[in-house]
Amino acid sequence: MGLFADLRDSISAVTAKLFAGESEDPKRIGIYGPPNAGKTTLANRIARDWTGDAVGPESHIPHETRRARRKENVEIERDGHTVSIDIVDTPGVTTKVDYEEFLDHDMEKDEAVRRSREATEGVAEAMHWLREDVDGVIYVLDSTTDPFTQVNTMLIGIIESRDLPVLILANKTDLEDSKVQRIRNAFPQHETIELSALEGENMDEVYDRIAEKFG
Amino acid sequence: MAEQEPETDDGVQLDLISAERMENKTSMEKIRMILDSVHDGDIVVLEQGLTPDEESKLIEVTMTEINPDGFTGIEIESFPRSETKESGFLGRLMGKDEDPAKLTVIGPANQIQSLHKDETLISALLKRK
Repeated sequence: MGLFADLRDSISAVTAKLFAGESEDPKRIGIYGPPNAGKTTLANRIARDWTGDAVGPESHIPHETRRARRKENVEIERDGHTVSIDIVDTPGVTTKVDYEEFLDHDMEKDEAVRRSREATEGVAEAMHWLREDVDGVIYVLDSTTDPFTQVNTMLIGIIESRDLPVLILANKTDLEDSKVQRIRNAFPQHETIELSALEGENMDEVYDRIAEKFG
Repeated sequence: MAEQEPETDDGVQLDLISAERMENKTSMEKIRMILDSVHDGDIVVLEQGLTPDEESKLIEVTMTEINPDGFTGIEIESFPRSETKESGFLGRLMGKDEDPAKLTVIGPANQIQSLHKDETLISALLKRK
């Protein structure tokens, strides 16, 4: 009984995916990664380049993005055809949040507690989006930091287990300590594109790959 | 582990959980069991880790239980899944690509000073209570 139920569910999922490919609806592409990787800077760069609007505020303080934010119908033109996607900027994923870390950023305790509570809700929401509501993932990593973390390994594993198409972006190449190869070594099974979302470096290649992967 | 809670005020309890003990539990039962132990300040070592879907739910449930009065979340490390498993089309069709991680260590974030891993060793440095 369980076997047939599994088979039926799997066939339904495959069928749904096949027909989703023919749909005109924009695909929802989640921008994921650890805190402070530059996800919102990238989301804003993409949104500004193709719609003229930003998605949300950027900050060096961790967990600035505490709600998943969606920018709909971003139309990216490549080689004469247009790819339409919804960008979902998500809170940085972590397994721990301590309000005391916010006190280091000149915050009062009440504000720090409120921010940490919102951050935890945001991470939970981001995980839910990943399981239920995205069609593909742009995984953003800060190329100046070690990519061999448990959170990165778990998230890439979750994305792979759901068969979601994924692009890994090695961000912050404008910084001296950037080591893109370290990211390529960590996730050799996926394509890694280097960029500086802040400076807009290598965005043409990023858009080419987004169009190929999610178009 | 609620069943055999020893009376310890200053020690750190290690729960080494066999794959057999986990095999018939639902995802939420596993997550509840892990988080209940971690809330008590214990370190949980799973002989066989969680599937990607269970890891995702563990992060989600952990986030909902963090509070400023004590619980700040978890530290987790595991050895990676086998890369030689069969994960072709048929495997995915049959829903068999939910391969669990290997040995996994999970503990309270505010009690684990550092948790490091290389390919064959996970090393946890605990704070004294």
